[in-house]
Amino acid sequence: MSEMTSTRPSLGDRLRNLYFSFGLPRLIIAGMLVALLIAAPLVGANFWMQITNVINRFSWNGVLVLAMVPMVHSGCGLNFGLPLGIISGLLGSTLSLELGFTGPMSFLMAIVLSTPFALILGAGYGWLLNKIKGGEMMIATYVGFSSVSFMCMMWLLLPYHKPDMVWGYAGTGLRTTISLEGYYDQVLAKFLQIRIGDLVIPTGSLLFFALLAFLMWAFLHTKTGTAMTAVGSNPTFARAAGINVDKMRMLSVVMSTWLAAIGILVYQQGFGFIQLYMAPFNMALPAVSAILIGGATVNKASIMNVVIGTILFQGIVTMTPTVMNNAIHMDISEVLRMVVSNGMILYALTRKTEVRRA
Amino acid sequence: MSKRPSSGRKALSFLGANSVPIMFILIVGICIPLSGFSPAFLLNEIITRMGRNIFLILSLLIPIMAGMGLNFGMTLGAMAGEIALIFVSDWQIWGIPGIILAMILSIPISVVLGIMCGKILNASRGREMITSYIISFFTNGVYQLLVLYMMGSIIPIIHSSIKLPRGYGIRQTVGLLNMRQSLDNVLALKIGGVKIPIMTFIVIAVMCLVIIWFRRTKLGQDMRAVGQDMEVARDAGINVERTRIISIVISTVLAGFGMIIYLQNMGDMATYSAHSQIGMFCIAALLVGGASVDRASIGNVFLGVVLFHLMFILAPTAGAKITGDTMIGEYFRVFISYGVITVALIMYETKKRKEKAGMGQLLEAAQREEESAHA
Repeated sequence: MSEMTSTRPSLGDRLRNLYFSFGLPRLIIAGMLVALLIAAPLVGANFWMQITNVINRFSWNGVLVLAMVPMVHSGCGLNFGLPLGIISGLLGSTLSLELGFTGPMSFLMAIVLSTPFALILGAGYGWLLNKIKGGEMMIATYVGFSSVSFMCMMWLLLPYHKPDMVWGYAGTGLRTTISLEGYYDQVLAKFLQIRIGDLVIPTGSLLFFALLAFLMWAFLHTKTGTAMTAVGSNPTFARAAGINVDKMRMLSVVMSTWLAAIGILVYQQGFGFIQLYMAPFNMALPAVSAILIGGATVNKASIMNVVIGTILFQGIVTMTPTVMNNAIHMDISEVLRMVVSNGMILYALTRKTEVRRA
Repeated sequence: MSKRPSSGRKALSFLGANSVPIMFILIVGICIPLSGFSPAFLLNEIITRMGRNIFLILSLLIPIMAGMGLNFGMTLGAMAGEIALIFVSDWQIWGIPGIILAMILSIPISVVLGIMCGKILNASRGREMITSYIISFFTNGVYQLLVLYMMGSIIPIIHSSIKLPRGYGIRQTVGLLNMRQSLDNVLALKIGGVKIPIMTFIVIAVMCLVIIWFRRTKLGQDMRAVGQDMEVARDAGINVERTRIISIVISTVLAGFGMIIYLQNMGDMATYSAHSQIGMFCIAALLVGGASVDRASIGNVFLGVVLFHLMFILAPTAGAKITGDTMIGEYFRVFISYGVITVALIMYETKKRKEKAGMGQLLEAAQREEESAHA
């Protein structure tokens, strides 16, 4: 404690350390969010409503961002193939509805039904990524894209018949958006919901995210979890230590895919709709940039990165439209989001990381 | 341990190397009778699309030569071309002079964007493709900022016909009616309902010759060396970073020209979406023509354009005939475009790994031989 007072001059050093560990882009984004928070009441936006929006968006997207963690740990890089997991989730949710489940039960069944798809697709995806070590990210992107466009055909062709899911006039082919009213709309968010004036906290969704995040944290501290991290940080060493590298990578990809499936279900319950066809197409990039904004790199990510990143990213995304619109009557939020999120990914890709080839 | 290649294996590897074009020839062969289009119609469409797209696809060749993979950043050039076209149509300079002016205007923008792209790619060596892919998204954001918010408010735009009603920003579509096909119509030939845009093909032919010539220049040789092995090239005294940046700059400038040729054929410009898919379609077409991530020739470009666009024309109608739903065909062709790129990337990476493993085995065998010689 006494050192605190004696090392007053080192404040600059500490700030510099903070700056280096935090990184310039992250500081800019955090600064932007703070500025937005201050500006919100000044331009006449309801401050607590804004906070509610940010918390809500966090609760929708948290699990999707968490899905990045296992693959980063095992050295498979950023999971640009997130849409594959999302598709498993979509299959689970549409099947759950088709089979006639309603209310909270439909959410549970959606999780149960999407699990086998996530395991099978994840295993196939993991097998593929083991074949092409070193080129994961680009191939993951295109695996995601091709699976989404393949499923576009499938949504039309698969024999779904529930009247509120298929196109009315044809009787076949799923709709682009399916309302979850009467199914699992807000099922987690309404659980133990707290309301203080304009501030609404979706406790259930946050708890669900916390549970998964805790399980992930606990897993990373088990023997298997440490082995996975070892594979990511030094595959040659890991192999020498008797770890089956391919098996660990496969496990991480399956976990990522399953979490993405659960993630989209949580997203749906918050949003209130199932979005099919081209909707999963652009879901990987926001999740990737969120975890990067949180401080993750291409081969390092923690639960804290997920939490901070999702808050920062979703904060910027939800606050800019209202604040900008109120302030200058010009909505540049979409453009800003594009520049910020892709700029963040670019920044991460250009960081020097040792070339790892297993 | 070591496997000797037999003649059967050789035939298999030939089939394997050309599996994508062969598969496409089969798809097209099945779809042509199903769709019921007349040969004259198909021929006309294909020739139009060749004139429209080949120049754009040619822009991809040089980065592949320099070992930088498929340049998803060609979108940057496309955006530069679009910005140039916006200015030219604002100044009301039409026809051939308009096209030439737009090309000249696009050069500085392309060069700046290309240098930026090249520098970023140099910093992210080993993952050029994913980086160039993200760069195209990033620059799209900057492009929108420029065109949607700054044009008309900061950058002077004279004519209100291309401005949004709110007073700044460019409209969703910019009409290029007075420029429409003015390059294609020079010396155009019409043979039995099939229009052949001779001038466009002459431009393309000149470009092909330039690329062939370029490969033989000192710079071209340097690029090939960098593409084969960066370290060896560096030891040989080649400035690797500079060479790589130049290859991206050339590609971006060519993509800008290509986009202008593409848009003069279309006759109008979707300001915010024309460039977004262009990279993907050009790359898919090149790969369909049998190119791979590290090897592409002019022949691949021509074959690719013909096969890919035949599939593109045929898929919706053929899909509707088979399944009774037009949307299936639409989704099918999108799926094929992405699928082709995915397959090509996978084949490239597995080949790279196999070669590496093969080198390891050779080294091991050599060592063993040496040891036994000593013993």
